[in-house]
Amino acid sequence: MIAYIMCFILFLVGLYGVITRRNLIKIAVSLSIMEISTFLFFALIGYIDGGVAPIVDPANPVQTYVDPLPQALVLTAIVIGLATTAMLMAIIIRLYRKYGTFDIREIKNLRG
Amino acid sequence: MTLIVKKTTQLISGMIFMYGIYVIIHGHLTPGGGFAGGVIVAGSLILIMLAQGGDFLKLVKEEAGTTIVESLATLMVISIAAAGFLFGTHVFFNNFLPKGIVGQLVSAGVLPLYNIFVGTEVAASIFIIFLSLIIFKEESPQ
Amino acid sequence: MEITISIITGIMIIGALYAIHAKDLLSSVIACGIVGYSLVICFLLLKAPDLAIVQIVVDTITLIIMVAVVLDSSREEKYSSLDKQGYVNAITGFLFIVIFLWFFIASIQELDVLGKSTLRMAGPYIEGAAQKTGSANLVTGVVFDFRGYDTMGEAVVLVTAVLGVLTILRLKGKK
Repeated sequence: MIAYIMCFILFLVGLYGVITRRNLIKIAVSLSIMEISTFLFFALIGYIDGGVAPIVDPANPVQTYVDPLPQALVLTAIVIGLATTAMLMAIIIRLYRKYGTFDIREIKNLRG
Repeated sequence: MTLIVKKTTQLISGMIFMYGIYVIIHGHLTPGGGFAGGVIVAGSLILIMLAQGGDFLKLVKEEAGTTIVESLATLMVISIAAAGFLFGTHVFFNNFLPKGIVGQLVSAGVLPLYNIFVGTEVAASIFIIFLSLIIFKEESPQ
Repeated sequence: MEITISIITGIMIIGALYAIHAKDLLSSVIACGIVGYSLVICFLLLKAPDLAIVQIVVDTITLIIMVAVVLDSSREEKYSSLDKQGYVNAITGFLFIVIFLWFFIASIQELDVLGKSTLRMAGPYIEGAAQKTGSANLVTGVVFDFRGYDTMGEAVVLVTAVLGVLTILRLKGKK
């Protein structure tokens, strides 16, 4: 039970970073930390004690396997997280070239 | 980049590319599959692009070619899924090729074809994102 | 098993706290990469080799893109004292953290201890899956055969993200 609570504390650390930081790079790093804690939570739910990795060996086919369904959901989620982070970085480069700063308060005050 | 970096990456990036293709093709026998092999192939292409550098016109031509490869791979994934309507039970995503013996290389119906096309598409996507970043930095006035 | 994963998650929490409060932007980005690499060790302990291969390469590529953005600018965070808006942000943040933590502890009393809770669809997906799909890797069989719509959605999301990046980073249009 304590592994679930530690995983959720990591999510809350990322949430605290998104709410209180003013620098755009720190906001992107905190968003990435929130995604990592979600992947860990999914892999924790699908674990069975004494199980092996879900690859069927033709010589010994009946064993206790770890649940493959949460692993299939996390597999596509990791690649989609990479695409979303890359798109956020593209927007940050354009903002820096136009306004010259990473700070969100000064960008809000400038009114292009 | 210095001469040591250029020569080392020329020797190593070919081996990483072959390892990525191995992980894609044996996706239904060992851990791996389409997504894992696709990002490994993209990693080897990013390595060779970072070390050698490139002038501007060559990069623009490579980006145009990679966009066509990515679109064709996505189209093939959807058309294989839609071809399930013609054979056997008429559902989407039907596994219509013969299934063979579990554990051999040619087995599991349509799954190796899915692995190859999804791997190509993921590799091309990540490489295009990286190429457009380099072109933006070369093109904008400093 | 539970003690080991709790210790590694504790290391990840310390790394995340440093990544948020660092003064230099490059140190913050590298600390985010360390949190991602610790997740690979957790995946290998939880018997998931597919996820470990994908996470280690994706984290390296994310690190490359973030460093390419940070090195192009002045690499420091301008520290300024807390003004009125900063106090409102901090109090809102603590309020949200307390409420979420209380609801989370109340809602995981339904789950069993780590390693005994089985989801309802675990049995029908595992038994006979090697015969029904024909593949020895059960995760590939679930991703491409039992749950094919998710894979098709993921391919479409990747194409849309590439379309977005190509539109944002374009300086001159075609004539």
